[in-house]
Amino acid sequence: MTREPLVLGIETSCDETGIGIVRGRTLLSNTIASSMDEHARYGGVVPEVAARAHLEALQPAIEAALAEAQVTLADIDAVAVTSGPGLAGALMVGVGAAKALAVSLGRPLYAVNHLVGHIAADILTGDEVEYPTVALLVSGGHTSLLLVRDLVSDVELLGETMDDAAGEAFDKIARILGLPYPGGPEIDRAASTGDPNAIRFPRGMSRASDMAEHRYDFSFSGLKTAVARWVEQHEATGQPVSVPDVAASFREAVVDVLVTKALDACARHGVPRLLLGGGVIANKRLRDVALERAEAAGVAVRIPPLSLCTDNGAMIAALASELIMSGRPASTLAFGADSTLPVTTIQVATSS
Amino acid sequence: MILGIDTSLGTAVAVIDDDGAVRADAASADALGHAEIIGTLLATAMTDAAHGPIGATGAPEAVALTHVAVGMGPGPFTGLRVGIAAARAFALGRGIPVVPVRSHDAAALAVLLADPFADVPRFAVVTDARRKEFAFTVYDGIDDDGLPMRVTEATLVKRDDIDAALAEHSAERRDTTVIPGAMVALVAARAVAAGRVEDLGEPLYLRAPDVTMPGPRKKVGQ
Ligand SMILES: [Zn+2]
Repeated sequence: MTREPLVLGIETSCDETGIGIVRGRTLLSNTIASSMDEHARYGGVVPEVAARAHLEALQPAIEAALAEAQVTLADIDAVAVTSGPGLAGALMVGVGAAKALAVSLGRPLYAVNHLVGHIAADILTGDEVEYPTVALLVSGGHTSLLLVRDLVSDVELLGETMDDAAGEAFDKIARILGLPYPGGPEIDRAASTGDPNAIRFPRGMSRASDMAEHRYDFSFSGLKTAVARWVEQHEATGQPVSVPDVAASFREAVVDVLVTKALDACARHGVPRLLLGGGVIANKRLRDVALERAEAAGVAVRIPPLSLCTDNGAMIAALASELIMSGRPASTLAFGADSTLPVTTIQVATSS
Repeated sequence: MILGIDTSLGTAVAVIDDDGAVRADAASADALGHAEIIGTLLATAMTDAAHGPIGATGAPEAVALTHVAVGMGPGPFTGLRVGIAAARAFALGRGIPVVPVRSHDAAALAVLLADPFADVPRFAVVTDARRKEFAFTVYDGIDDDGLPMRVTEATLVKRDDIDAALAEHSAERRDTTVIPGAMVALVAARAVAAGRVEDLGEPLYLRAPDVTMPGPRKKVGQ
């Protein structure tokens, strides 16, 4: 195989059909077809709707990615696919397509972990990436704090959400405030004129009693209930509910917990680097607070461009490319969709 | 040569020659696990097909596929999609067209070709549709192009009501638990030869997605 493999990556773990093409560490295409609009009327991602959309979007997305990258399938050295974690029925569409494409082309297949893919996205920025780093991955599907010592061999889960993902919390609070889906940008817009200190909402998993076992874990269901209760009580007693103040105060609670725990992980592990990933990184307040507090703590923050932070196939191709360049054998064809794949499993079904 | 794939019940992969001879036939009866097994079955079928028709002992030769045929259901959606996604990706990899086939047509052709001298009465292919329902399609004989003649579209019916529904059509009941990959390929071959490839863009879902529309906001109380 060439030193710089040409890899096509397929990502279908949630509501984005992502096809990426990379050569070594160079991004050639990051093609994304989203079914977000179809989910909007349901107020959240509907697994069956997502799976149907993946099936329809896959072939056009592959064709568009090849055209953008100016390569043909015959040029591809390896196929990569997300095995998990994610929505099982959605993942299966990508797994079925990736296996068939690999057999059809007679090329190796690399089945990889979606969360580690988010970390690999950083490599495509073209900058020199240093490890170890703490990584905070925040989206509608996951909220994870990781310690990455080596991208292809050593990723440790420090903590994750015990209930809702942070992105889900934004969607649910948006509904409470009568704002449309997806909630992230709507809450942001409403919060822009609000006071983040107007209401002191709880910071989940942050009490002293949580620190022993859940130091790096997250919980957003208590916060969601607190916001709902606050709104109800004010409505019941006829007091005005300032949507901007509630939105800003809620957002502040989420951002505070995320950044505090991430920087705590950096300090406790002596790692002066923090990587942010996942779709919720689009939230400007999160980026601003992270940058400001990290600077004070002497931690360097890396934030890939948003198109590489949201779910995409390029990050899957990038991870496979790193695996190939470090001499890892391909995956066998005997694996499935694993909706709860642990982050420590960077590649699945590795052939011996 | 045509590659046939169906995941509407188990997982079936086959390759047939231009003259209809079966070169490879690899299948799993497991009603789940389509994503797990599809790659291995495809690889096995390609290896087998390289050695000529089943039973032949020739040296391996390139498998010059002309089409990929795929069963579009009806069948449980999650598994069904795996085969369709695989067929489309495989065809894209080879630069050849996909021929969508109704999975029940393939099962019907198997019934009709089982005994070439039998006069098969009107019958219904009946398959498991989960959720206490069957899917059925009624057929009556074979037409001049060698394709099964469909009397009804694929229809869902409560399991308890299947016999009454078939009596209405005077159709014998043929319960089907396997869609043979070779029959999917053969239906496609005959449809291509007759210029009657159906434009089935979507799987035959038969059911709308299972979704609950968001209701009014729930109270959390005190
Ligand atoms: Zn993600």
